[in-house]
Amino acid sequence: MNKNINNMYPYFFLIPAILIYGTFFLVPTALSFFYSFTWWTLTDWEFIGFDNFIQFFQEPSLRIGFRNTLIFAFTTMGGKVILGLALAVFLTSKIRNKDLLRSIVFFPALLSTIAVGYTFSSMMHPTKGVINTILSFFGITGPNWLGNPDIALLSVAMTDIWKGVGIATVIFIAGLMAIPTHYYEALKIDGGNALQAFWHITLPLSRPAMNTVIILALIGGLRTFDLVWAMTGGGPGFSTDLLASIVYKQYAAGFFGLSTAGNVLLFLFVAMVAFPIFKFINRKEVDL
Amino acid sequence: MIKRQRHWVLFFLVTFIAMVLLAACGGGYSEETSGDAGGDTGSDSGEAVELSMLVSETAMDDPGFVAVLDAIEKDLNMKTNVEVRPGGPEGENVVKTRLATGDMADLVLFNSGSLLMALNPSQYFVDLSEEPFMDNVMDSYKEVVSSNDQVFGIPAKSSQVGAWLYNKKVYQELGLEVPRTWDELMANNEKIKEAGKTAVITTYGEAWTSQLPILADFYNVQAEVANFADDYTNGEAKFANTPEAQRGFERIQEIHEKGYQNEDYTVATYDQGMQMIAEGTGAHYPMLTQVLPIIEENYPDLVDDIGVFPQPSDDPETNGLTTWMPDAIMINKEAENVDAAKKWLDYFISDKGIAAYESKAKSIGPYVLKDVELPEDSYAAVEEMQVYFEEGNIAPALEFVSPIKGPNLPQICTSVGSGTMTAAEAAAMYDDDVEKQAKQLGLDWD
Repeated sequence: MNKNINNMYPYFFLIPAILIYGTFFLVPTALSFFYSFTWWTLTDWEFIGFDNFIQFFQEPSLRIGFRNTLIFAFTTMGGKVILGLALAVFLTSKIRNKDLLRSIVFFPALLSTIAVGYTFSSMMHPTKGVINTILSFFGITGPNWLGNPDIALLSVAMTDIWKGVGIATVIFIAGLMAIPTHYYEALKIDGGNALQAFWHITLPLSRPAMNTVIILALIGGLRTFDLVWAMTGGGPGFSTDLLASIVYKQYAAGFFGLSTAGNVLLFLFVAMVAFPIFKFINRKEVDL
Repeated sequence: MIKRQRHWVLFFLVTFIAMVLLAACGGGYSEETSGDAGGDTGSDSGEAVELSMLVSETAMDDPGFVAVLDAIEKDLNMKTNVEVRPGGPEGENVVKTRLATGDMADLVLFNSGSLLMALNPSQYFVDLSEEPFMDNVMDSYKEVVSSNDQVFGIPAKSSQVGAWLYNKKVYQELGLEVPRTWDELMANNEKIKEAGKTAVITTYGEAWTSQLPILADFYNVQAEVANFADDYTNGEAKFANTPEAQRGFERIQEIHEKGYQNEDYTVATYDQGMQMIAEGTGAHYPMLTQVLPIIEENYPDLVDDIGVFPQPSDDPETNGLTTWMPDAIMINKEAENVDAAKKWLDYFISDKGIAAYESKAKSIGPYVLKDVELPEDSYAAVEEMQVYFEEGNIAPALEFVSPIKGPNLPQICTSVGSGTMTAAEAAAMYDDDVEKQAKQLGLDWD
């Protein structure tokens, strides 16, 4: 009897969590899967099978959307990993004002994405923007950062890297601090130089941190919406449309069933890209 | 013992937070939207009647509108509690969601025409067709706020046109004349370009502004293909196989190819466009005349330098304005005090209401109310428009005669206008977009 109560006791504590999880996560997820198969006006719905999915795949800008989403996710991920690691190595080295410098790197992460988007889009104005004004001072004619369809997506990606690199750096710093110093001491005794220290100790042993950064940046990049929307609105034309912005535009046009179907596909797409990569990089992790 | 107590405290705390969260979900805006339940509709009682109203963000920038609200408060003893929503697609979604959840304000300011039809108005708004004050409203306006013989709204301001705004000083300086054909317009553009000014102001920084050359072309389309709007609604006429309709996209393409746009056209904003047309650094701005009051506010000395002419067609005999009907004010069926709301509407379009509006703002086109004349101090551009109205050379824009408007038109137009898509591709793409919209509206196109 007494034993039984003790067994029940921990489950009892799960109720609030299950309630919250069920109401805010399970129910909406199930509902969105359901509504993706309907013609839905918020008040009425009608079951229409796979029509929404077929329609979504016929979306004219969809191919641009898939391509842009992948380019954006991998560019920003790469930028955050490389810059984040470089900054982390710099900020864990023997420099003065370390704390101040670390704070400065982290500041952009604290800003609102929309505010960052608007600020950068005004800075990237082709004739009046700060960036091109400075470039012209050195005699360089800067490009039309957001107006040229060929580079607009990369301009947004650069902004995203600037904004997200702070978090990547913090994760890397934590990872680097966890590397025991005796490895470096051993290397020093063997006569290794700084480059070897980085290559043979820092890089392999910061693997767990790097994996976290890769996965976070990749998933974040795949479903990015706010920054692109604030900076270009998917334009010029359809040139910076991402999957998430296509879904948003359909929702905004009142195609609720269709945009829900798009969201379900986005979910599957993110899972399809992220899971194999997660598996792959986790295999390569080593113990400290 | 103490440890166990702490567990219980934690448990109750978590449950409590969960309950509060759940309760908050259902609550929403109930506080703001409930009108005064007193049921009083007149001004004779001491306590003011309160009505809630949902408007788009630009409405409160119109001093005329605010002046009418003040007059209603003073004369009818009715207080209007205004809630502001965003404009554009975001705002449409706010309206749709709040209607669907039964959480709407008593009075709703929303677009007329195709966007209103997409809301399924008979389900949500009070039918005003039997109200005596509706006799003051012109039939042409009633058409764009009606479905199934029911009429849902009153005009929130005057009508306006989508046309070519031009800077008269630039025209004088270069000795240009108002064009009657597209070729004449392009010849003017060439001279303006040679003079080192921007011929056609283009502001793709705000994508919706890109649609004007095609929307304003509808008078010309209708003059050539009289049945276009009906056939288009029924899915029989397409932009891609109607050369007159596709011409609108071609015009956008031509402007781009000849290099008449401002240098920063891909990112320039609506405000920058207004500044350019007012200061004369740009000579033409295809736009809605709703910009006039904003230009007046920012550049009061320059507003009368701006004139307006219709988008020219290829035929000098076809020369008329494409008009936009004003937004509508509707009463929510669920409003607590429908009678008070009707009095509110009655006052809004009465002589007193118009007088209150005009005391603070000028109209951007002729009124759609019977027997309301434009005041003498109208904008120069509006006086220029008046001639076309008097001669009957006007046609409502396509979005007022058909319930369908494809949501991707702004992006398609910016693609054509920045040279990444041809007019023919754009027309085909827009036809697909329109078909999707028709499916969502439940139109039978098969």
